[in-house]
Amino acid sequence: MTDVVVTGYGATTPLGGDAQSTWDGLLAGKSGVGELRAEWTDRIDLPVSIAAQLAVEPTDVLPRVQARRMDRAEQVAVIAAREAWAHAGLAVEEGADPKVDPTRLAVIVGAGIGGVTTLLDQDDALEAGGLRKVTPLVVPMLMPNGPAALISLEINAQGGVHAPASACATGAEAMAWAWRLLKAGEVDVVVAGGTEACIAPITVAGFVQARTLSQRNDAPQAASRPFDAGRDGFVIGEGAGIVVLERREFAEARGATIHGTLAGIGMTSDAHHITAPDPNGGGQGRAMLAAVRTAGLQPSDVGHVNCHATSTVVGDVGEAAAIKKALGDHPVLTAPKGALGHLVGGAGAVEGIVALLSVRDGIIPATLNLENKDEKVELDVVAGEPRKMELTAAVNNSFGFGGHNASLLFTK
Amino acid sequence: MADSTEILAGLAEIVEEVAGIDTAEVSADKSFVDDLDIDSLSMVEIAVQAEDKFGVKIPDDQLAELKTVGDAVSYIEKNQ
Repeated sequence: MTDVVVTGYGATTPLGGDAQSTWDGLLAGKSGVGELRAEWTDRIDLPVSIAAQLAVEPTDVLPRVQARRMDRAEQVAVIAAREAWAHAGLAVEEGADPKVDPTRLAVIVGAGIGGVTTLLDQDDALEAGGLRKVTPLVVPMLMPNGPAALISLEINAQGGVHAPASACATGAEAMAWAWRLLKAGEVDVVVAGGTEACIAPITVAGFVQARTLSQRNDAPQAASRPFDAGRDGFVIGEGAGIVVLERREFAEARGATIHGTLAGIGMTSDAHHITAPDPNGGGQGRAMLAAVRTAGLQPSDVGHVNCHATSTVVGDVGEAAAIKKALGDHPVLTAPKGALGHLVGGAGAVEGIVALLSVRDGIIPATLNLENKDEKVELDVVAGEPRKMELTAAVNNSFGFGGHNASLLFTK
Repeated sequence: MADSTEILAGLAEIVEEVAGIDTAEVSADKSFVDDLDIDSLSMVEIAVQAEDKFGVKIPDDQLAELKTVGDAVSYIEKNQ
């Protein structure tokens, strides 16, 4: 079977408006978390007033008319997709022949929540002004397949457009589904990833009521602290990550730069509880082992795990235990959410890119704010400074409400 | 009551706002679909804004008949 290689990537995150600035920010130990900026914070009293909002406003990047036709989650997906597409060397001048047969090109991009800010704004418009105030674009702006469909229009992808929805595992599952499509030989190139921009009063309130968010409002940059004994929940974020995945033969034939290999994937489900992870970590472990097995490797080959670890009390310890049980006590861990916050549907994609770059460049970013490791975390977690380390393989974990577990395994 | 020149100028501003087309491009002889590449969703937005701006009603069956910018200017002028 063919290999699946990564030839381009793009992102827009709380650390930067593109993938390189995000990666540089992670290595430099910057935080993307700050005081929540929104017009509604004055009138709605919530116990959380911090968030990881985008470093670069999408409306400052996109032409005005394009931006007004898209939900914010669609805007960031399109921005990241444009970067990835150009990075892969697939962008051509208008009118020139495409470098990929459009019928052999697919898009798999999803969101965890989707166009909730559009739904709220348009409901307000309807209540206040009646039917005439509702934009005819409301449905394409809020539909969960909107980001994927808009990307397909940008790049003329006619080989299928799919939008997985698995909450915080969405971005990673998108890449995993892309891997399956490419392995099956159905297409040559897939643009895959995840997006989210759902910071709204109802989502923040909902996550508060589910007892998942950090309330460290007095120290926003210290709020997201995966694996630290003082952690008290995650910080909601927004952003998108998109990769270009190709069959290796196709990429080599067109002379593409290969940044790494998506060598294996695992997708499992807990069937345990609608939000709580299985305390035994069985589903998480099976996802990691499936990624190792489909890559044709052994657990001992996995030197590094880029963790889902969101900074919740239960989740982080459970993941560390699942890693130890499934892979052993040798993998070195990191958790990018300390710096990025939790990008929900975008998280798995952005963190997948981080894991890829760790393998390519031989360096693991530190877990921001990890000062006093929880004693129940028995593995080595990079803290303080990034760690240089030659890696054969790295696993990226992403888990989501609903019991979704997705693991991606990257090699050089 | 706006005259046809004022209506054309006002309509061009709406088209610029909704579809990003330079106001200078929006002349009476231009077809919304064929020349200005405006899709059906944007036409609905333009009609709603024109109704508000000029105090007219543009029912859906009438909207479908307004092929060119000039058609729209004439319709608004007669019905304002």
